[in-house]
Amino acid sequence: MKTVFVTVGTTSFDELIESITSPETVEALKARGYERLVLQVGRGSLLPAAHSCPHIRLQAYRFKDSIAEDLKQADLVISHAGAGSCLEALGAGKSLLVVVNDKLMNNHQLEMARQLHMDSHLLYCTCSTLTQTLRMMDLSVLQPFLPGQPKNFANFLDKALGVQ
Amino acid sequence: MAVLVAAVFATLLTCLLFIIRLYIVVKTGPNYKPGTKGPVAVLVVAGSGGHTTEILRLMESLSAAYTPRHYVIADTDRMSEDKICTFERSKQHLDSESQFTICRIPRSREVHQSWVSSVVSTLDALRYSLPLVFRLRPDMVLCNGPGTCVPLCVAGLLLGILGMKKVLLVYVESICRVQTLSLTGKILYPISDYFFVQWSSLRDKYPKSIFLGRIV
Repeated sequence: MKTVFVTVGTTSFDELIESITSPETVEALKARGYERLVLQVGRGSLLPAAHSCPHIRLQAYRFKDSIAEDLKQADLVISHAGAGSCLEALGAGKSLLVVVNDKLMNNHQLEMARQLHMDSHLLYCTCSTLTQTLRMMDLSVLQPFLPGQPKNFANFLDKALGVQ
Repeated sequence: MAVLVAAVFATLLTCLLFIIRLYIVVKTGPNYKPGTKGPVAVLVVAGSGGHTTEILRLMESLSAAYTPRHYVIADTDRMSEDKICTFERSKQHLDSESQFTICRIPRSREVHQSWVSSVVSTLDALRYSLPLVFRLRPDMVLCNGPGTCVPLCVAGLLLGILGMKKVLLVYVESICRVQTLSLTGKILYPISDYFFVQWSSLRDKYPKSIFLGRIV
Protein backbone atom coordinates (compact mmCIF):
# COMPACT_ATOMS: atom_id res chain seq x y z
CA MET A 1 0.00 0.00 0.00
CA LYS A 2 1.56 3.28 -1.09
CA THR A 3 2.19 5.36 2.01
CA VAL A 4 2.89 9.02 2.77
CA PHE A 5 4.63 9.79 6.05
CA VAL A 6 4.34 13.32 7.43
CA THR A 7 6.76 14.38 10.19
CA VAL A 8 7.15 17.66 12.11
CA GLY A 9 9.96 16.48 14.43
CA THR A 10 9.92 17.93 17.95
CA THR A 11 8.08 21.11 16.92
CA SER A 12 4.44 21.81 16.16
CA PHE A 13 3.12 22.63 12.69
CA ASP A 14 -0.68 22.60 12.84
CA GLU A 15 -1.02 24.38 9.51
CA LEU A 16 0.71 21.46 7.75
CA ILE A 17 -1.45 18.86 9.50
CA GLU A 18 -4.55 20.84 8.58
CA SER A 19 -3.46 21.21 4.94
CA ILE A 20 -2.49 17.59 4.43
CA THR A 21 -5.82 16.30 5.77
CA SER A 22 -7.94 18.76 3.80
CA PRO A 23 -10.28 17.14 1.20
CA GLU A 24 -8.47 18.67 -1.83
CA THR A 25 -5.06 17.46 -0.65
CA VAL A 26 -6.31 13.98 0.18
CA GLU A 27 -7.82 13.86 -3.30
CA ALA A 28 -4.46 14.87 -4.81
CA LEU A 29 -2.74 12.11 -2.84
CA LYS A 30 -5.32 9.55 -3.98
CA ALA A 31 -4.86 10.66 -7.60
CA ARG A 32 -1.16 9.81 -7.22
CA GLY A 33 -1.95 6.37 -5.87
CA TYR A 34 -1.22 7.01 -2.20
CA GLU A 35 -3.64 5.07 -0.01
CA ARG A 36 -2.23 5.45 3.46
CA LEU A 37 -1.27 8.57 5.44
CA VAL A 38 0.80 8.44 8.64
CA LEU A 39 1.14 11.69 10.61
CA GLN A 40 3.69 12.48 13.31
CA VAL A 41 2.29 15.71 14.76
CA GLY A 42 4.72 16.52 17.60
CA ARG A 43 3.59 19.20 20.02
CA GLY A 44 0.81 20.44 17.73
CA SER A 45 -2.76 20.91 18.95
CA LEU A 46 -4.18 18.84 16.07
CA LEU A 47 -4.19 15.06 16.40
CA PRO A 48 -6.64 13.89 13.70
CA ALA A 49 -8.71 10.79 14.48
CA ALA A 50 -8.41 7.77 12.17
CA HIS A 51 -11.94 8.18 10.79
CA SER A 52 -11.65 11.94 10.13
CA CYS A 53 -10.48 11.33 6.55
CA PRO A 54 -12.92 8.92 4.94
CA HIS A 55 -11.04 8.41 1.67
CA ILE A 56 -7.62 7.45 2.94
CA ARG A 57 -6.24 5.19 5.66
CA LEU A 58 -5.12 7.63 8.33
CA GLN A 59 -3.00 7.10 11.37
CA ALA A 60 -1.66 9.89 13.64
CA TYR A 61 0.58 10.04 16.69
CA ARG A 62 2.64 12.64 18.54
CA PHE A 63 6.05 11.08 19.19
CA LYS A 64 7.86 7.76 18.95
CA ASP A 65 11.34 6.88 20.18
CA SER A 66 12.31 6.28 16.60
CA ILE A 67 10.55 7.16 13.37
CA ALA A 68 12.88 4.83 11.41
CA GLU A 69 10.19 2.21 10.84
CA ASP A 70 7.64 4.75 9.55
CA LEU A 71 10.31 6.20 7.25
CA LYS A 72 11.15 2.76 5.95
CA GLN A 73 7.55 2.01 5.07
CA ALA A 74 6.95 5.36 3.36
CA ASP A 75 7.00 5.95 -0.39
CA LEU A 76 6.93 9.72 0.08
CA VAL A 77 8.01 11.72 3.13
CA ILE A 78 6.57 15.16 3.80
CA SER A 79 8.55 16.99 6.46
CA HIS A 80 8.99 20.35 8.14
CA ALA A 81 12.30 22.08 7.27
CA GLY A 82 14.14 20.88 10.41
CA ALA A 83 17.68 19.73 9.64
CA GLY A 84 17.36 16.53 11.67
CA SER A 85 14.14 15.43 9.94
CA CYS A 86 15.50 16.24 6.46
CA LEU A 87 18.75 14.34 7.03
CA GLU A 88 16.95 11.33 8.47
CA ALA A 89 14.50 11.10 5.56
CA LEU A 90 17.22 11.58 2.92
CA GLY A 91 19.50 9.17 4.76
CA ALA A 92 16.74 6.55 4.48
CA GLY A 93 16.77 7.15 0.72
CA LYS A 94 13.21 8.51 0.54
CA SER A 95 11.65 11.04 -1.81
CA LEU A 96 11.22 14.13 0.33
CA LEU A 97 8.90 17.10 0.09
CA VAL A 98 9.73 19.83 2.61
CA VAL A 99 6.95 22.16 3.63
CA VAL A 100 8.34 25.43 4.93
CA ASN A 101 6.62 27.12 7.82
CA ASP A 102 6.63 30.69 6.48
CA LYS A 103 5.76 31.97 9.96
CA LEU A 104 9.32 31.06 11.02
CA MET A 105 11.13 33.11 8.40
CA ASN A 106 14.52 33.73 10.03
CA ASN A 107 14.97 30.26 11.42
CA HIS A 108 18.49 29.14 10.49
CA GLN A 109 17.20 25.58 10.15
CA LEU A 110 15.67 26.63 6.83
CA GLU A 111 19.15 27.24 5.39
CA MET A 112 19.89 23.59 4.92
CA ALA A 113 16.52 22.65 3.42
CA ARG A 114 16.91 25.51 0.95
CA GLN A 115 20.41 24.35 -0.03
CA LEU A 116 19.32 20.71 -0.38
CA HIS A 117 16.51 21.94 -2.62
CA MET A 118 18.98 23.88 -4.78
CA ASP A 119 21.07 20.70 -5.05
CA SER A 120 17.91 18.79 -6.18
CA HIS A 121 17.80 16.46 -3.18
CA LEU A 122 14.29 17.45 -2.13
CA LEU A 123 11.18 19.31 -3.23
CA TYR A 124 10.15 22.45 -1.42
CA CYS A 125 6.82 24.24 -0.92
CA THR A 126 4.66 26.08 1.62
CA CYS A 127 1.29 25.08 3.08
CA SER A 128 -0.54 27.28 0.58
CA THR A 129 1.12 25.56 -2.39
CA LEU A 130 1.05 22.03 -0.95
CA THR A 131 -1.96 20.71 -2.89
CA GLN A 132 -0.70 22.17 -6.15
CA THR A 133 2.79 20.74 -5.55
CA LEU A 134 1.42 17.27 -4.86
CA ARG A 135 -0.54 17.39 -8.12
CA MET A 136 2.34 18.64 -10.28
CA MET A 137 5.49 17.24 -8.65
CA ASP A 138 7.96 15.09 -10.57
CA LEU A 139 9.87 12.91 -8.12
CA SER A 140 12.16 11.61 -10.86
CA VAL A 141 14.11 14.90 -10.86
CA LEU A 142 15.42 14.22 -7.35
CA GLN A 143 19.11 13.37 -7.05
CA PRO A 144 20.24 10.67 -4.61
CA PHE A 145 21.71 12.02 -1.39
CA LEU A 146 25.05 10.42 -0.59
CA PRO A 147 26.02 10.05 3.07
CA GLY A 148 28.73 12.35 4.47
CA GLN A 149 32.28 11.00 4.65
CA PRO A 150 33.62 11.14 8.24
CA LYS A 151 36.59 9.10 7.00
CA ASN A 152 37.85 12.19 5.15
CA PHE A 153 37.85 14.05 8.45
CA ALA A 154 39.72 11.21 10.18
CA ASN A 155 42.35 11.02 7.42
CA PHE A 156 42.90 14.77 7.53
CA LEU A 157 43.26 14.77 11.30
CA ASP A 158 45.62 11.76 11.32
CA LYS A 159 47.90 13.58 8.90
CA ALA A 160 47.69 16.93 10.70
CA LEU A 161 48.38 15.42 14.12
CA GLY A 162 51.02 12.98 12.91
CA VAL A 163 49.05 9.90 13.97
CA GLN A 164 50.74 6.75 12.61
CA MET B 1 53.35 57.09 43.52
CA ALA B 2 56.23 54.87 42.53
CA VAL B 3 54.25 51.86 43.75
CA LEU B 4 51.29 52.85 41.57
CA VAL B 5 53.48 53.29 38.50
CA ALA B 6 55.09 49.96 39.18
CA ALA B 7 51.66 48.30 39.54
CA VAL B 8 50.39 49.80 36.28
CA PHE B 9 53.61 48.81 34.55
CA ALA B 10 53.37 45.26 35.90
CA THR B 11 49.75 44.96 34.75
CA LEU B 12 50.57 46.22 31.27
CA LEU B 13 53.52 43.86 31.05
CA THR B 14 51.34 40.93 32.12
CA CYS B 15 48.73 41.83 29.50
CA LEU B 16 51.41 42.14 26.84
CA LEU B 17 52.93 38.79 27.78
CA PHE B 18 49.47 37.25 27.76
CA ILE B 19 48.74 38.56 24.27
CA ILE B 20 52.14 37.42 22.96
CA ARG B 21 51.59 33.95 24.45
CA LEU B 22 48.06 33.84 23.01
CA TYR B 23 49.43 34.73 19.58
CA ILE B 24 52.17 32.09 19.80
CA VAL B 25 49.79 29.39 21.05
CA VAL B 26 47.27 30.01 18.27
CA LYS B 27 49.95 30.29 15.55
CA THR B 28 51.88 27.16 16.48
CA GLY B 29 48.86 24.84 16.27
CA PRO B 30 49.68 23.40 12.82
CA ASN B 31 53.22 22.46 13.92
CA TYR B 32 52.06 20.59 16.98
CA LYS B 33 51.78 16.86 16.25
CA PRO B 34 50.84 14.95 19.41
CA GLY B 35 50.16 11.81 17.34
CA THR B 36 53.88 11.25 16.76
CA LYS B 37 54.43 10.65 20.48
CA GLY B 38 51.68 8.10 21.10
CA PRO B 39 47.93 8.04 21.73
CA VAL B 40 46.03 11.31 21.47
CA ALA B 41 43.82 12.15 24.46
CA VAL B 42 40.59 13.76 23.26
CA LEU B 43 38.09 15.90 25.09
CA VAL B 44 34.84 15.55 23.15
CA VAL B 45 32.13 18.15 23.70
CA ALA B 46 28.76 16.55 23.06
CA GLY B 47 25.85 18.94 22.85
CA SER B 48 22.30 17.78 22.83
CA GLY B 49 20.23 16.12 20.12
CA GLY B 50 21.63 16.74 16.66
CA HIS B 51 25.01 17.94 17.94
CA THR B 52 25.63 14.65 19.73
CA THR B 53 24.59 12.61 16.68
CA GLU B 54 27.02 14.58 14.50
CA ILE B 55 29.96 14.38 16.90
CA LEU B 56 29.50 10.62 17.34
CA ARG B 57 29.60 10.20 13.55
CA LEU B 58 32.99 11.90 13.64
CA MET B 59 34.21 9.86 16.63
CA GLU B 60 33.19 6.69 14.82
CA SER B 61 35.69 7.45 12.06
CA LEU B 62 38.64 8.05 14.40
CA SER B 63 41.08 5.20 15.00
CA ALA B 64 42.07 3.67 18.34
CA ALA B 65 45.00 6.12 18.42
CA TYR B 66 42.56 8.66 19.83
CA THR B 67 42.53 7.37 23.41
CA PRO B 68 41.36 8.07 26.06
CA ARG B 69 38.16 9.87 25.11
CA HIS B 70 36.60 12.21 27.67
CA TYR B 71 33.05 13.21 26.79
CA VAL B 72 31.66 16.40 28.28
CA ILE B 73 27.90 16.80 28.39
CA ALA B 74 25.60 19.43 29.85
CA ASP B 75 24.10 18.48 33.19
CA THR B 76 20.57 18.99 31.82
CA ASP B 77 21.16 16.52 28.99
CA ARG B 78 19.71 13.07 29.58
CA MET B 79 19.74 11.66 26.05
CA SER B 80 23.42 12.13 25.18
CA GLU B 81 24.79 9.87 27.90
CA ASP B 82 22.83 6.87 26.55
CA LYS B 83 23.94 7.60 23.00
CA ILE B 84 27.59 7.86 24.05
CA CYS B 85 27.51 4.64 26.07
CA THR B 86 25.85 2.75 23.21
CA PHE B 87 28.45 4.12 20.80
CA GLU B 88 31.43 3.28 23.03
CA ARG B 89 30.12 -0.23 23.65
CA SER B 90 29.92 -0.86 19.90
CA LYS B 91 33.49 0.45 19.53
CA GLN B 92 34.75 -1.86 22.26
CA HIS B 93 34.45 -4.87 19.96
CA LEU B 94 37.01 -3.34 17.65
CA ASP B 95 39.65 -2.28 20.17
CA SER B 96 39.56 -4.07 23.47
CA GLU B 97 41.38 -1.34 25.39
CA SER B 98 38.67 1.24 24.76
CA GLN B 99 38.81 3.91 27.45
CA PHE B 100 36.32 6.70 27.96
CA THR B 101 34.81 8.88 30.67
CA ILE B 102 31.73 11.08 30.80
CA CYS B 103 31.92 14.43 32.62
CA ARG B 104 29.04 16.81 33.31
CA ILE B 105 29.19 20.60 33.44
CA PRO B 106 26.41 23.23 33.66
CA ARG B 107 24.96 24.15 30.30
CA SER B 108 26.20 27.56 29.19
CA ARG B 109 23.27 28.45 26.99
CA GLU B 110 19.81 26.98 26.86
CA VAL B 111 17.97 27.37 23.56
CA HIS B 112 16.29 30.82 23.43
CA GLN B 113 18.22 32.10 26.45
CA SER B 114 19.04 35.83 26.19
CA TRP B 115 22.59 36.94 25.36
CA VAL B 116 23.20 38.74 28.66
CA SER B 117 22.28 35.76 30.78
CA SER B 118 24.27 33.59 28.33
CA VAL B 119 27.40 35.57 29.20
CA VAL B 120 26.77 35.10 32.92
CA SER B 121 26.13 31.37 32.64
CA THR B 122 29.14 30.92 30.33
CA LEU B 123 31.36 32.55 32.96
CA ASP B 124 29.74 30.28 35.50
CA ALA B 125 30.48 27.25 33.29
CA LEU B 126 34.13 28.39 33.15
CA ARG B 127 34.41 27.70 36.88
CA TYR B 128 33.73 24.04 36.10
CA SER B 129 35.56 23.89 32.77
CA LEU B 130 38.92 25.17 34.03
CA PRO B 131 39.49 22.51 36.72
CA LEU B 132 38.19 19.82 34.36
CA VAL B 133 40.50 20.69 31.46
CA PHE B 134 43.47 21.33 33.78
CA ARG B 135 42.96 17.91 35.34
CA LEU B 136 42.44 15.93 32.12
CA ARG B 137 45.06 17.81 30.04
CA PRO B 138 43.80 16.52 26.69
CA ASP B 139 45.88 16.76 23.52
CA MET B 140 42.86 18.08 21.65
CA VAL B 141 39.34 19.39 22.20
CA LEU B 142 36.82 18.29 19.56
CA CYS B 143 33.56 20.20 19.39
CA ASN B 144 30.80 21.10 16.97
CA GLY B 145 28.63 23.92 18.17
CA PRO B 146 26.81 23.75 21.50
CA GLY B 147 27.54 26.74 23.75
CA THR B 148 29.36 24.45 26.19
CA CYS B 149 32.29 24.42 23.70
CA VAL B 150 33.31 28.00 24.47
CA PRO B 151 34.35 27.73 28.14
CA LEU B 152 36.07 24.39 27.45
CA CYS B 153 38.06 25.77 24.51
CA VAL B 154 38.98 28.86 26.54
CA ALA B 155 40.25 26.57 29.30
CA GLY B 156 42.28 24.60 26.73
CA LEU B 157 43.72 27.83 25.35
CA LEU B 158 44.70 28.91 28.86
CA LEU B 159 46.70 25.72 29.37
CA GLY B 160 48.71 26.72 26.32
CA ILE B 161 49.10 30.36 27.34
CA LEU B 162 50.42 29.33 30.75
CA GLY B 163 52.88 27.04 28.97
CA MET B 164 51.52 23.93 30.68
CA LYS B 165 50.37 22.13 27.56
CA LYS B 166 49.36 22.90 24.00
CA VAL B 167 45.76 21.80 23.52
CA LEU B 168 44.61 21.62 19.88
CA LEU B 169 41.16 23.09 19.33
CA VAL B 170 39.30 21.25 16.57
CA TYR B 171 35.95 22.69 15.61
CA VAL B 172 33.47 21.16 13.13
CA GLU B 173 30.59 23.45 12.22
CA SER B 174 27.25 21.66 12.19
CA ILE B 175 25.93 20.49 8.82
CA CYS B 176 22.86 22.70 9.46
CA ARG B 177 25.02 25.76 8.84
CA VAL B 178 25.11 26.55 5.15
CA GLN B 179 25.39 30.34 4.85
CA THR B 180 26.24 31.62 8.34
CA LEU B 181 28.32 30.34 11.24
CA SER B 182 26.68 29.59 14.56
CA LEU B 183 27.43 31.97 17.44
CA THR B 184 29.83 29.39 18.90
CA GLY B 185 31.49 29.05 15.50
CA LYS B 186 32.02 32.82 15.23
CA ILE B 187 33.60 32.93 18.68
CA LEU B 188 35.89 29.94 18.10
CA TYR B 189 36.92 30.74 14.49
CA PRO B 190 39.87 32.99 15.45
CA ILE B 191 41.24 30.74 18.21
CA SER B 192 40.71 27.22 16.85
CA ASP B 193 43.59 25.28 15.26
CA TYR B 194 41.44 23.33 12.78
CA PHE B 195 38.08 24.77 11.80
CA PHE B 196 35.94 22.56 9.54
CA VAL B 197 32.87 23.66 7.58
CA GLN B 198 30.62 21.37 5.55
CA TRP B 199 29.33 23.63 2.79
CA SER B 200 31.40 25.43 0.16
CA SER B 201 29.52 28.70 0.71
CA LEU B 202 30.97 28.91 4.24
CA ARG B 203 34.49 28.07 3.05
CA ASP B 204 34.27 30.98 0.62
CA LYS B 205 33.34 33.36 3.44
CA TYR B 206 35.84 32.04 5.98
CA PRO B 207 39.26 31.54 4.36
CA LYS B 208 40.85 29.84 7.36
CA SER B 209 38.24 27.09 7.35
CA ILE B 210 38.81 23.56 6.04
CA PHE B 211 36.26 22.12 3.61
CA LEU B 212 36.24 18.39 2.88
CA GLY B 213 32.63 18.14 1.73
CA ARG B 214 30.00 16.75 4.08
CA ILE B 215 31.76 14.81 6.84
CA VAL B 216 28.82 13.72 9.00
